[in-house]
Amino acid sequence: MITVDIQQKLGAFQLKAQFEAPSGVTAIFGPSGSGKTSIVNAVAGLLRPDNGRIAVGGDVLFDSADRVNLPPHKRRIGYVFQDARLFPHMTVLRNLRYGGQHDEAQVIAVLGLSDLLQRMPAGLSGGERQRVALGRALMCNPRLLLMDEPLAALDAARKAEILPYIERLRDSVEIPILYVSHDMSEVARLATTLVVLNSGQVAVSGPIGQVLSHPDAVPLVGVRAAGAVITTRVSGRLLDDGLTELTFSGGRLVLPGILGVIGQTVRVRIPAQDVILAKTAPVGISALNVLPVEITQINEGRGPGVAVGLKAGEAHLLARVTRRSAQRMQLAAGQKIFAIIKATAVGPEDIGS
Amino acid sequence: MMDSLGPQEWTAIMLSLRVALIATLAALPVAIWVAYILARKSFPGRQVLNGIVHLPLVLPPVVTGYLLLVLFGQQGPIGAPLYNLFGVSFAFRWTGAALAAAIMAFPLMVRAIRLGFEAVDAGLEDAAATLGASRWRVMGTVTLPLVLPGILAGAILGFAKALGEFGATITFVAAIPGQTQTIPTAIYGLLQVPGEEPAVLGLVIVSVVLAMGALLVSEWLARRMARKVGR
Repeated sequence: MITVDIQQKLGAFQLKAQFEAPSGVTAIFGPSGSGKTSIVNAVAGLLRPDNGRIAVGGDVLFDSADRVNLPPHKRRIGYVFQDARLFPHMTVLRNLRYGGQHDEAQVIAVLGLSDLLQRMPAGLSGGERQRVALGRALMCNPRLLLMDEPLAALDAARKAEILPYIERLRDSVEIPILYVSHDMSEVARLATTLVVLNSGQVAVSGPIGQVLSHPDAVPLVGVRAAGAVITTRVSGRLLDDGLTELTFSGGRLVLPGILGVIGQTVRVRIPAQDVILAKTAPVGISALNVLPVEITQINEGRGPGVAVGLKAGEAHLLARVTRRSAQRMQLAAGQKIFAIIKATAVGPEDIGS
Repeated sequence: MMDSLGPQEWTAIMLSLRVALIATLAALPVAIWVAYILARKSFPGRQVLNGIVHLPLVLPPVVTGYLLLVLFGQQGPIGAPLYNLFGVSFAFRWTGAALAAAIMAFPLMVRAIRLGFEAVDAGLEDAAATLGASRWRVMGTVTLPLVLPGILAGAILGFAKALGEFGATITFVAAIPGQTQTIPTAIYGLLQVPGEEPAVLGLVIVSVVLAMGALLVSEWLARRMARKVGR
């Protein structure tokens, strides 16, 4: 458990962040300049907040009231920077060993670094650099891992190369991770907890499924980023059509592509703008996924859109329809209706293991 | 050609090398420290320190030599206690020539090394700290190795300057053969005597060879280091 409660004046605006991060991946999400990096820098000890308290587990790293401020090198916190920051005068192996040799063989194997060990950082690709930076942070045996937009500088192909490593890390290592990002598909794929920042303040925080499927979150995370993340299980394959069947408490989803193996757990993000609502079960349409749902909440924003919270079994979904449609359909909380999800709406970048 | 160099000239060459080497080695640690402070720290009086460091570069060397004579002479406010307490004397001795050379070379060394510090990404030092390295370990394993090309450039520049220093040296310690007569002061002395042109030419050639040698060595070292860093 990580507890952060800090205040810091940063130029024109005031950073005032308070949240708790349980084990797993906690994503700090927000637009540029919302104070995301300042928070992780404060946790790492690279930035001294004006006021507040930071604790990891039972250890206090910073407490302005008790005048505690551990220097960065005594915090045992791994930090993967956006720009990798490998030492240019050392080989990959010396970089990796700089902070220690914890689990060396396993880290090198898991991150696929064995062919790079004798290379110099200048000769590595962006993706390779980030893998080395990640390995270096892990080998100092940290009690917490900070990742500040580690994929932001990479193109889509390199991102796809590294994401599985981070997923494997999340599932195999017990270290909690604070993950800064402004990319919702990345966040939805990796995070278990979400902290949404807005101009220096925590706008909303909590388990990712709850936060993202809550209609109140739409204006905070943005219209495009809003959407539920549901956990499903691979239950079947429609090999002839190249489709995978997933089940969850709310029913059955069929998605394009062959995802995972039978029985595997798969996280799927369903963007709110790709959910269509119908009052009666539709017939004769091309969409494969029609789920019976119950309306939990309707939020009217300032724009032409309306966010509709839905419950499908135990899972929460979120739909975004126009105000005009909502009025014409006379939608109201408590109604039982149908949600139509276009199978192709769920892109491969939105599916994680 | 080298026959034109008599024992007195050879003494001047050896003395010059010794003076320049000692001056560079003694000034280098201080120059690294001052360069680090000027590049990385902000404190009241930073501009004053910067000004004092650069003073020998802009003052007429004769003035610097005169100030050294006043301060470090055997009756001077610094020279007297040094002589009385440690028996160290600078006036009209080779140590004085080394002091003058070090003072004159100092600003050049600081400038080159400071550029080196400013070129090192402070983010790398932050990264090292998060990996558990104390400030001293960061300095020794990350900062200094990356500043090394700058330190080297500063040292070579300082050595060349110390080798050629004339004004402050002749004002402070005169040009006593075997004691304080370096290559430049020897050339100047020989030029005052008719018929010594061959000896002058010999010393001029030695000066050019030493200067070129220093430049080539620094180029070679810089290239070697650049290859190591992979840039």
